Amino acid sequence: MPLNPNSSFTPLIVAFCCNWCSYAGADLAGTSRLNYPAQIKIIKVPCSCRIDPMFVLRAFQKGADGVILCGCHPGDCHYSTGNYYARRRITLFFSMLEYLGIEKERTHLEWVSAAEGNKFASTMRKFTEQIHALGKNERLEDIR
Amino acid sequence: MQKIGVFVCHCGTNIAGTVNIDEVVENAKHEPGVKYVAEYPYMCSEAGQSMVQKAIDEHDLSGIVISACSPRMHETTFRRAAARTKLNPFMLEMANIREQCSWVHKDKEEATNKAHALTRAAIAKVHHNTPLFPGESPVTKRALVIGGGIAGVSCALDIAEAGFVVDIVESTPSIGGKMAQLDKTFPTLDCSACILTPKMVDAQFHENINIHTYSEIESVEGFVGDFTITIRKKARSVDMKKCTGCGACYDKCPIKKIPGEFDEGLGMRTAIYTPFAQAIPNVPVIDREHCLKFKTGKCGLCETVCAPDAIDFEQEDELITEKYGAVIIATGITPISLDKFGEYAYTSPDVITSLEFERMTNAAGPTKGELIRISDKKKPKSITFIQCVGSRDVAVRSKTYCSKICCMYTAKHAMLVKDKYPDIEVNVFYIDVRTPGKNFDEFYRRAVEEYGVNYIKGQVGKVVDNGDSLWIQAVDMLDNKQIKTKTDLIVLATAIEPVKSVRNIAGMLSASIDTNNFMTEAHPKLKPVESPTAGVFLAGACQGPKDIPETVAGAGATAAKVIGLLAKDKLITNPCIADLDPYYCNGCSACEKVCPYGAISYEDTEINDHGKKAIRRIAVINKALCQGCGACVVTCPSGAMDLLGFSNRQITAEVDAICR
Amino acid sequence: MHIQNDYADQIRLISGSQDLKCMKCGRCSASCPQYEEMDVRPHQFVSYLQRGDIDALMDCESIWKCLSCFACVERCPRDVKPARLIEAARLLRIRRQSDDEFITPEQVPALLELDPDIPQQLLASVFRKYVK
Repeated sequence: MPLNPNSSFTPLIVAFCCNWCSYAGADLAGTSRLNYPAQIKIIKVPCSCRIDPMFVLRAFQKGADGVILCGCHPGDCHYSTGNYYARRRITLFFSMLEYLGIEKERTHLEWVSAAEGNKFASTMRKFTEQIHALGKNERLEDIR
Repeated sequence: MQKIGVFVCHCGTNIAGTVNIDEVVENAKHEPGVKYVAEYPYMCSEAGQSMVQKAIDEHDLSGIVISACSPRMHETTFRRAAARTKLNPFMLEMANIREQCSWVHKDKEEATNKAHALTRAAIAKVHHNTPLFPGESPVTKRALVIGGGIAGVSCALDIAEAGFVVDIVESTPSIGGKMAQLDKTFPTLDCSACILTPKMVDAQFHENINIHTYSEIESVEGFVGDFTITIRKKARSVDMKKCTGCGACYDKCPIKKIPGEFDEGLGMRTAIYTPFAQAIPNVPVIDREHCLKFKTGKCGLCETVCAPDAIDFEQEDELITEKYGAVIIATGITPISLDKFGEYAYTSPDVITSLEFERMTNAAGPTKGELIRISDKKKPKSITFIQCVGSRDVAVRSKTYCSKICCMYTAKHAMLVKDKYPDIEVNVFYIDVRTPGKNFDEFYRRAVEEYGVNYIKGQVGKVVDNGDSLWIQAVDMLDNKQIKTKTDLIVLATAIEPVKSVRNIAGMLSASIDTNNFMTEAHPKLKPVESPTAGVFLAGACQGPKDIPETVAGAGATAAKVIGLLAKDKLITNPCIADLDPYYCNGCSACEKVCPYGAISYEDTEINDHGKKAIRRIAVINKALCQGCGACVVTCPSGAMDLLGFSNRQITAEVDAICR
Repeated sequence: MHIQNDYADQIRLISGSQDLKCMKCGRCSASCPQYEEMDVRPHQFVSYLQRGDIDALMDCESIWKCLSCFACVERCPRDVKPARLIEAARLLRIRRQSDDEFITPEQVPALLELDPDIPQQLLASVFRKYVK
């Protein structure tokens, strides 16, 4: 249920970034002092193809309100083809999540290069706004 | 239970200005497993590092977390510091509270909370860290160059000069490649053979270079630093050691009408032949398909005239197996087949490709450099050049890419014709004239301005051979006029493509290849001469259309990379690689298919499954080849695969800690 | 340039022609046997479509001069299909005229009465040709 965006809700967002492009892009956003919401918490993986769908499920289960995955642009993967595997796998996985009732706006896959600090910050701002509008995620949360 | 130390850096005010360090320190103290927490204004300084080292020893820490800048900045620094103690350097994690926290958030409370969460995640990860040890693999100080064209020869010379042994494998009877066939080179118009043959001779006599001509790669095993490669030396039917290269054999050979490959079929060769006068090695080959002795058993004239008794009809293919540290693919290009381009009437003897034109203008060529129509041996009054034949074309018969060299060699051809025969009318039909390069556009403009070559923006739609002349229908786009005219000789700037055999070679080396059969680079910008497979390097036009200067420059770059590899005695391998649990592996091959490096193979292995011994087909990871991307880990359906340094447990622990 | 309007889109839809792929090499015009007869030349067709100047294209003589020999379609290196494009323009022109000058389906029974021997196939094709 989307809550009132004006409420005191602070979303919890997990971002998975590949080491070679997106994590470096996030660092560039830092060195360029480009602000984005503090709710974004980044986890480093070697390649976007290392992002196991289980990690995303785990995040939602543990109370994350949104999960964003970032990788190198197609054709620029450090491991040549990793982001293609990620793209195919994650696209299918996101549609499955939607089927499970996790709105598709809660998940996002974005290509961010090491030179796109600006894009990283703006993507994170936009994504946080999106999650804010959706409100708290309670669908998969572990309530044991 | 781990004993974890947490070190929080102020980075002057870079972190401390936005993040409440005291609070982060206080919170860290209450995290499970944390035995020691410290803060310091500059953790990366000499004093900061020794503080970390001292704490590791004094408090007997089993893992440490540095909450500071990005790991891309100082992870190596702190790993080195840890390595100076008894701690394994991979028992260290960094929490990025500068680039990804204090620098991007303004609100102190929010930033402090995030710094705490990131530190928490790093602590949670360290709990699951295991000591990792970089592997070592040996390096065989010998390189193999596949292809003996200008790319292969200059790359081999550069490597040999650095003191390493290089073997060149060339499929034709002589090294030299396509450049040996050319007459002049643009934009300087120096003679191709004059600049190439000295290099070929250098390669022949270099003490570190072995040349295997008329040879092919039979099989490849092994990996970077340690390839075992078998070369098939095809039976030459001539003893290389005895032959003096006198040429008596091919003078006497009765079979004289075989279209010569080197002359692009314009000139004839004998059944025993050397492709061209400056061939290296200058040892003939018997073409067994055409030789009378092999076809009928009667003849053997060459054997009779050979004074050193070098002819050996009994000779068989020879297999040579050698170990190499690095392999260079330099297989080059060839013009595409024009069988399906009926509209250009290529079947007519007076419609030729640009490479055939090169042979024709070459003084050593089939016409002794005289420009004639093949059909009636007369000098043409007008020549028409057609560009982009089979290039930039999406049809199946063609290539979608620009062949890059055609604009320049067409300008060269047109200029050479005009220079030698000013009375010949020269027309060039073009789509665009592309001349980026040093002195390239000036060269093309010279053809137009000084030599009066007529460039027409447009294409030729149809060519008909009338016997005494060629009729063409074309268009001048800028005049908006259709042109119907006669010409005597047509030269087609034919698209170039990689040689067919490269697919097989790339397959054996598990180097990747694109849809056009060009070799793929490890990175298009930053690793332009390496293939994605470690130890396999690329040189020349097998990577994409290239002209001679570009090829030689690239081959030099390739040589530098190869020398860098061969100069090492041992390769230190990244320990963060895939790790297999053999008990879970069911040998499904899913991981093998996704591995971009061909690092996974399968072996029948004896597994002791709860006392039951069974032979199972399970995956085996080649530690020297694996780069640690993790594609196999996520693909594995049975959960047998994991990635050291980024294991499922480590990342899950991070997720849990962040979401707490 | 890639102007979109209803007519331009209809031409793209009917012909399957991808005008943006054209690199103005002129191989279509070089191949055309009717070139001299045409006021708008094959290589220009695609420019009209790119500009969205469909009225001019439908009013030109060339759409009636094209032999539909498809030499240009065969030779085009970018798969732009100039002849298909001109066929589409011709079709649109005919459809536009059908409103006032050509027969409507309602007129078919009257035509049958006029001449009972009129071939069924002719009527069927006339009926098909002049409607959308």
